[in-house]
Amino acid sequence: MAFLELQNVSKGFGSGRQRVSVLRSVDLSVARGEFVAVVGYSGAGKTTLLSLIAGLLRADAGQLTLDGREIREPGPDRGVVFQSYSLLPWLTVEQNVALGVDSVFPDWPAEKRRDHVLEYIALVNLTPARHKRPAELSGGMRQRVSVARALATNPAILLLDEPFGALDALTRATLQGELEALWARDKKTVVLVTNDVDEAVLLADRIVPMTVGPGATLGPAIPVNLPRPRNRKAVNHDARFKEVRGRVIEYLLGPARRRPTPVSPSLQEAYA
Amino acid sequence: MTEPFAKRGEMDQGVLRFAWYSLVLVAKGYTLALVIGTPLGFLLGLSKLFAKGFDPLIQILRPVSPLAWLPLGLVLFEKSAPAALFTIAICAMWPTVLNTAMGVRAIPQDYLNVARVLKLSGPQRLFKILLPATLPYMFTGFRLSLGIAWLVIVAVEMLTGAPGIGGFLWQEYNSLIYEHIILCIVTIGVIGFVLDLGMSMVERRFRTA
Repeated sequence: MAFLELQNVSKGFGSGRQRVSVLRSVDLSVARGEFVAVVGYSGAGKTTLLSLIAGLLRADAGQLTLDGREIREPGPDRGVVFQSYSLLPWLTVEQNVALGVDSVFPDWPAEKRRDHVLEYIALVNLTPARHKRPAELSGGMRQRVSVARALATNPAILLLDEPFGALDALTRATLQGELEALWARDKKTVVLVTNDVDEAVLLADRIVPMTVGPGATLGPAIPVNLPRPRNRKAVNHDARFKEVRGRVIEYLLGPARRRPTPVSPSLQEAYA
Repeated sequence: MTEPFAKRGEMDQGVLRFAWYSLVLVAKGYTLALVIGTPLGFLLGLSKLFAKGFDPLIQILRPVSPLAWLPLGLVLFEKSAPAALFTIAICAMWPTVLNTAMGVRAIPQDYLNVARVLKLSGPQRLFKILLPATLPYMFTGFRLSLGIAWLVIVAVEMLTGAPGIGGFLWQEYNSLIYEHIILCIVTIGVIGFVLDLGMSMVERRFRTA
């Protein structure tokens, strides 16, 4: 059995006639140390999928297991980076990161916990800003804090929910590079959901496209056999990069849309 | 009039001395209101069941005039001072209760998700997330409650005749000293304003978000 295993998972919201099926019979296997990207349209149910793995939501049907154990509730073995950063505005960078560390390693002496917190803040290059509050930070810095907070609890798997969606293109590129470096450092298992195909190709070992909702499910996985580290500039001209990107987009614009859904012409042009 | 702090007898004292007695009583009643009202608000905000059960009761008790509570307090406690405390507390706590409950319900789901993902313990959840997130709402409640407490004390003292700004006001009305009535009204107004100002300063000091 794979490290993370989803079998026939379904989830809907509401009841009676108002009931909307969001995910229908989703299967997904992620190996230990693998970086998997789930790519799909906005509103398809990507966040729902991630919330199920995080244990924030319970599936209506199907099975989710992590390392052989059923996922029933959130746990420190799964670190989550939310799209909206979700930093607590009344705590400083250091306190935000410490929040998780103190909770997950209560037996450690205070000194060790503090060193651990500072180590992860240094890892995301925020040491000079560690006494600042989130409101004083830029979007990219905030998301770095969020990544540090998730990593500092030493989770077995990292769940990223469109982590760079709210950032400008340049900051996004920087953070993608940093994320790849972090991942290369300790080869954590990562599930990234995103609507950015380039981001998925740049970061993932395997891309799983998601069909359009309601009742979304996952399409056939597309492996990304590009050498790492992947240089964003070089990779743009790489034939293999273009090929993988092409296959993902082809699936998303084709089989992923069983029903005709309007896709803006600009998007089609951009990917043509 | 010229000696606001003078004390010549039980009901013959300077206006600010009377006001001070009232303030002490308000402080006690107000503290009682916060001590009861804040946890009650948290419970109402956290538990849907609790909220459903208690909301009708609160909506009925909330509009009851302070003058209606006072006789009940006198019956229960048989003395005017605890009855006044009871009346202040029960009238002043509603804004704190309702605003705290609203603040708890308004906590972004994101923050609660963070608490769940990081497996925060009960006290950690309360002190690191629930309390700071609710604080701005709580202070709105505290401020409104303080205003009500100051309104209530004057009415209560007029009825009980206890030494205080309200009792003094009523006594001066009976003695037909009209300029003292005006003096009392102005004093009450100024003190109320200062209390509110102080509260907003405390609020700014504790601003979280």
